[in-house]
Amino acid sequence: MIDLYRETAIFLQQLVNGITIGATYGLIAIGYTMVYGIIGMINFAHGEIYMIGAFVAVMTYVVMGMLGVQSVPLALLAMLGVGMVVTAAYGWTVERIAYRPLRRSFRLAPLISAIGMSIALQNYVQITQGARVKPLPPVLPGGIHFLEETGFGVKITWLQIFIWTVTVALMIVFTWVVARTALGRQQRACEQDQLMAALVGVNVDRIISLTFVMGAVLAAVAGLIVTLQYGVVDFHIGFLAGVKAFTAAVLGGIGSLPGAMLGGLLIGLIETFWAAYFSGAYKDVATFGILVLVLLFRPTGLLGRPETEKV
Amino acid sequence: MAEAMLAVEGVHAGYGPRLALKGVDLHIDRGEIVALIGSNGAGKSTLLMTLCGHPRAKQGRIWFEGRDITRVPTHDLVRCGLVQVPEGRRIFSRMTVLENLQMGALTSDSRHFRPDLDRVFALFPVLAERRAQRGGVLSGGEQQMLAIGRALMSRPRLLLLDEPSLGLAPLVVRKIFATLEEINAGEGVTILLVEQNAYHALKLAFRGYVMVNGVITLTGTGSGLLANPEIRAAYLEGGG
Repeated sequence: MIDLYRETAIFLQQLVNGITIGATYGLIAIGYTMVYGIIGMINFAHGEIYMIGAFVAVMTYVVMGMLGVQSVPLALLAMLGVGMVVTAAYGWTVERIAYRPLRRSFRLAPLISAIGMSIALQNYVQITQGARVKPLPPVLPGGIHFLEETGFGVKITWLQIFIWTVTVALMIVFTWVVARTALGRQQRACEQDQLMAALVGVNVDRIISLTFVMGAVLAAVAGLIVTLQYGVVDFHIGFLAGVKAFTAAVLGGIGSLPGAMLGGLLIGLIETFWAAYFSGAYKDVATFGILVLVLLFRPTGLLGRPETEKV
Repeated sequence: MAEAMLAVEGVHAGYGPRLALKGVDLHIDRGEIVALIGSNGAGKSTLLMTLCGHPRAKQGRIWFEGRDITRVPTHDLVRCGLVQVPEGRRIFSRMTVLENLQMGALTSDSRHFRPDLDRVFALFPVLAERRAQRGGVLSGGEQQMLAIGRALMSRPRLLLLDEPSLGLAPLVVRKIFATLEEINAGEGVTILLVEQNAYHALKLAFRGYVMVNGVITLTGTGSGLLANPEIRAAYLEGGG
């Protein structure tokens, strides 16, 4: 007979884990979707930006240790802050040297350049940081336990609560920026009509740069989250995470900010539940299988709008 | 002689290798309404866009208020006081009417926003009614009003308008032209008006230029050009 309590506990635990991993995909996916929205290009180096964010988090942690910082909140804040700033600098530089010179080139040129940039950044980190995985000791151990009487027990770690809080806060801030501020209006204007945006006085190049910076900031947070959650990073993590976040962006409807969040969450949940109830080895197959299905029946993604008004 | 507000000297320009403008000369004095007429493909729109630096002039010079603006980036021209209402209106269709007007006010001091908004709403009351609607759902005439309103929000000294009457009902066209006259007379905004609707444009304008195949072929006062039999034959047959 099925023990319903136990099954519920297992289900809830998977939900907790799925939301956590989904948060990272969502954060990375926003970078893809914003850049696509504004210049119509898939930034394939974005996964590498996330990987660099993870490395910067580890390095900041090591430096904090050397400085003798004992306070956990201070260490986390430093990892978050330094990670955002340094990673943003990478995001800005990538756009500047690899994409902007190709702005007036043929459509595939920046895409090829992005793939090149991705390989270059991977190799750069591999050479400067070594190919071995970098460990990070648990920064925020412990958590809340409940439903332990079921014999399984659901655990929400402090770290997961920290991750959710940071993710939700960032998404609120970014949604507000895009919907309500002058910067967000300029970004949306550039998405719709760059020439007209320039005619009302928008410095389009500057807005594109800022969009890359915003995407990189969110990727840095995702990098920090994954590092804290799994405790290891290596130069190769950007590839799969990048592909999955890209999938999340497409699933949610590329160009749509809420779509990216929703897509990320769904991908996280799908792969977690698939791994728990079916097979861990095939979780990526499940993820990409669902992507194929969604695209077959809803090519614009879940929250995307049909391309009708491109002139 | 007072210096012209806008002076275009021997400008060659075009998209791609073929030149749409082959040595254009014209000038506009402060406070004027000047009409630029010509048939489809004569280069009128290209000239307006070249004034705004997109495309850049390959040869020649453009002076605005005594400053050489030939190489000034497009997005800096609004701050100079040179503002365009481009062909096809190009409103931001997925933004609300209010957001479109806010985009127009991007470069002007935030203290001016309220009074400028009230002024635009006074000129076009329908925009006030529809302030929360997306630009894309407005009718053609309303979109044209929004495009002009957006341009006014940036406090232009010279307003370039490309075919504001295109595709609009005669009644709406009359309303738009009356508003242009009001903007010019009441607020001293200089206007360069590109029109295929030559009759209306020349009636409104102090002076006019006729463009054929990328060069100015004829110039004169608005009423003078209207009376010119060549112009009547080429641009006004069946019009008016």
